[in-house]
Amino acid sequence: MAAIEKYDLIVVGAGPAGSAAALVAARAGLKVIIFERGEFPGSKNMFGGVLFGHEINELIPNYWETAPVERALIEERYFLVSGNSATTIAMRTKDFAEPPYNGFSVLRARFDKWFADQAVEAGALLVCETLVESLIMDHGKCVGVKTGRADGDVYADCVIVAEGANSLLTRDAGIHAEWKTNEVGVGVKELIKMPKDVLENRFNLTGQEGVSMRILGLTKGMTGGVFLYTNKETVSLGFVAMIEDLAARGFKPNDLMEEIKSNPMIAPFIEGGSTVEYTAHMVPEQGYKSVPRLVHDGLLIAGDAAMISNLLTGEGANLAVTTGRLAGEAVVAAKAAGDYSALGLYSYQNALDASYVMKDLKQFKGFAGYLHGNPDLMDLYPQLANEFLKGLLTADGTPRGAKAKALLAEVKKKKSLFGIAKDLWRGWRVIK
Amino acid sequence: MRLVVCLKQVPDASEVKIDPIKGTMVRAGVPSIANPYDMHALEEALRLKDKYGARVSILTMGPPQATDVIKRAVSLGADDGVLLSDRAFAGSDTLATSYILAQAIRKMGEEEPVDVVLCGKMAIDGDTAQVGPGIGSRLDCAVTTYVVGVRSLDKDKKTLVVERRLERGVEVVEADMPVLLTVNKEANEIRYAALPALIESIKYEVPVWTAGDVQLDLAQCGLKGSPTQVKKIFPPPQKDIETVMVTDTISDPAQIAKLLVDKIEEAGMLA
Ligand SMILES: Cc1cc2nc3c(=O)[nH]c(=O)nc-3n(C[C@H](O)[C@H](O)[C@H](O)COP(=O)(O)OP(=O)(O)OC[C@H]3O[C@@H](n4cnc5c(N)ncnc54)[C@H](O)[C@@H]3O)c2cc1C
Repeated sequence: MAAIEKYDLIVVGAGPAGSAAALVAARAGLKVIIFERGEFPGSKNMFGGVLFGHEINELIPNYWETAPVERALIEERYFLVSGNSATTIAMRTKDFAEPPYNGFSVLRARFDKWFADQAVEAGALLVCETLVESLIMDHGKCVGVKTGRADGDVYADCVIVAEGANSLLTRDAGIHAEWKTNEVGVGVKELIKMPKDVLENRFNLTGQEGVSMRILGLTKGMTGGVFLYTNKETVSLGFVAMIEDLAARGFKPNDLMEEIKSNPMIAPFIEGGSTVEYTAHMVPEQGYKSVPRLVHDGLLIAGDAAMISNLLTGEGANLAVTTGRLAGEAVVAAKAAGDYSALGLYSYQNALDASYVMKDLKQFKGFAGYLHGNPDLMDLYPQLANEFLKGLLTADGTPRGAKAKALLAEVKKKKSLFGIAKDLWRGWRVIK
Repeated sequence: MRLVVCLKQVPDASEVKIDPIKGTMVRAGVPSIANPYDMHALEEALRLKDKYGARVSILTMGPPQATDVIKRAVSLGADDGVLLSDRAFAGSDTLATSYILAQAIRKMGEEEPVDVVLCGKMAIDGDTAQVGPGIGSRLDCAVTTYVVGVRSLDKDKKTLVVERRLERGVEVVEADMPVLLTVNKEANEIRYAALPALIESIKYEVPVWTAGDVQLDLAQCGLKGSPTQVKKIFPPPQKDIETVMVTDTISDPAQIAKLLVDKIEEAGMLA
């Protein structure tokens, strides 16, 4: 068999970041090869999730006409749970049910495959069921990858690593240390199937509309949260928690998942449904503080592998699309200039810095630390909100003025008003 | 030497369910795979290629997406393949299928004579084990079924020696080529593709033959050529199995065996 030819670009991983990078490079006429360890792109991937569409729409205008999307999300509910009670804050707008839409719930096994197919149609070669085991370095320059197959070394002018949050390749190449247990979280999700009309009645939806819920109060003070997304005929329910917190409290993810499902405030959403899929995945937690150097000689890092995600806004996949795209564009520019050194590829860093991606990441850089330092936020605050509001709403013959005073006194027993003010102030400071 | 492997795309049996009311197979959304037995036939062919040198060609009949299994075969080392795809073939039973495949193999032979045809023992979506022998008898060549390995092959004398797994042991048979083998799963372990061949297979454009490309009497193809009619499909009824716990303290194997036989007789399970 003839030796494998040399490529302009090797992309590791056919997630949103890798496929976006391959797509723009292939469109510009570069010879691109993508390696994906899964049986097909998306087969190993999961997320909440919502795909915010702005970025993908720039690459593939009116993507919703061909992409396998589930529901256009028109409502975001914040759901603060404690005991038998929950306080909801919800924002619903019909505007998000119209093109260009704000975001769709998607299932990654279908979406990632479709997105990778766009790169293939643009001319990229997609090789699945093939694990990249290491980067081939020559005098500090990345010149190719070693795969797990026989005769499996492949060479290229440039490699984009888009391997996701586990980032073993860049760790082994000495680009960053092993992620610390407070830098990464684990996400667990069940896909729960129910008849379409039941789902639509339950969440007050018509047609293609969907809702997303962010649920606080069920992670036992661990940094993270519970999420729920409506798909066409399934509900995605799961949680994310920092690995350090899970380990410190000795929780098993499955047990926590069972507890969440049986919570009296959650159970009605999934009643009668049957679990058709159970998945777990790593997620970057710290944002900006964990981001390693992303530009090297012959090598760029994009997506979760670059630790680029936003805990506060729940964004990740769309950031991956943007970083992948910018990385791909930098390689196209490097080819035109014939310079694949870190200097030649540096336009990637410049473009990132100029984009919302890095600006947001910098803005929210203290957020994960803030949450981690305030377990009350995940636990006590939902409880206080529920108790206060429930008390106020209870008609039991007590004058409302006296009642408010008494309730406030109850709150103060659990957390001083000064403490609350401090938390709020610090919270404001980290995101301002 | 030329080897032809018949490779069928089938629904992944582990994910097929039977609609209990309609009694039909629910195939929607079920992923397709290469018939596992056929993959062992392919591996046997590739081993012959490695040892004696041969051109390995794949023959698949199925819908347009069935090119996937041919590409997979090429990634493992097959040299080329052909997909037979035509509406006229839809609904073919084992009689019609073996006719169409045999005619296609004849046509492949015009280009380079075929010495060995390898099929899986059976396809997991029908379990008939009829197509392989059906092709062989139509080609009027030797047929050996249930092959668990090719011991040797003589290119000059045009013979090969195979081992066949029978109920009571292994039979060693010498056959003249051309010959058709149907292969069991125990024959071998399927290899893992090397990267250069995998890349070639992704780029490989599978030739597609329609009914017009092969010399065929259309009356013998598809539903028209298929006397078999499936009236109903149903899962075998679940038998209520009674479990009997035997408790005793004896430890002598002979005595344990006797006790078990007694119990089985007691239950009326021995005729
Ligand atoms: C529970 C959970 C919920 C989330 N919810 C949301 C949400 O609602 N919205 C949102 O925008 N984001 C969400 N995210 C984040 C989002 O999933 C990620 O940010 C996004 O998937 C990152 O894309 P990526 O392409 O960088 O990496 P990935 O999607 O992880 O893709 C990496 C790909 O590389 C492949 N791969 C890895 N290593 C190798 C190797 N060595 N060789 C070959 N292939 C390899 C993998 O199989 C995979 O296909 C969530 C994450 C989790 C865990």
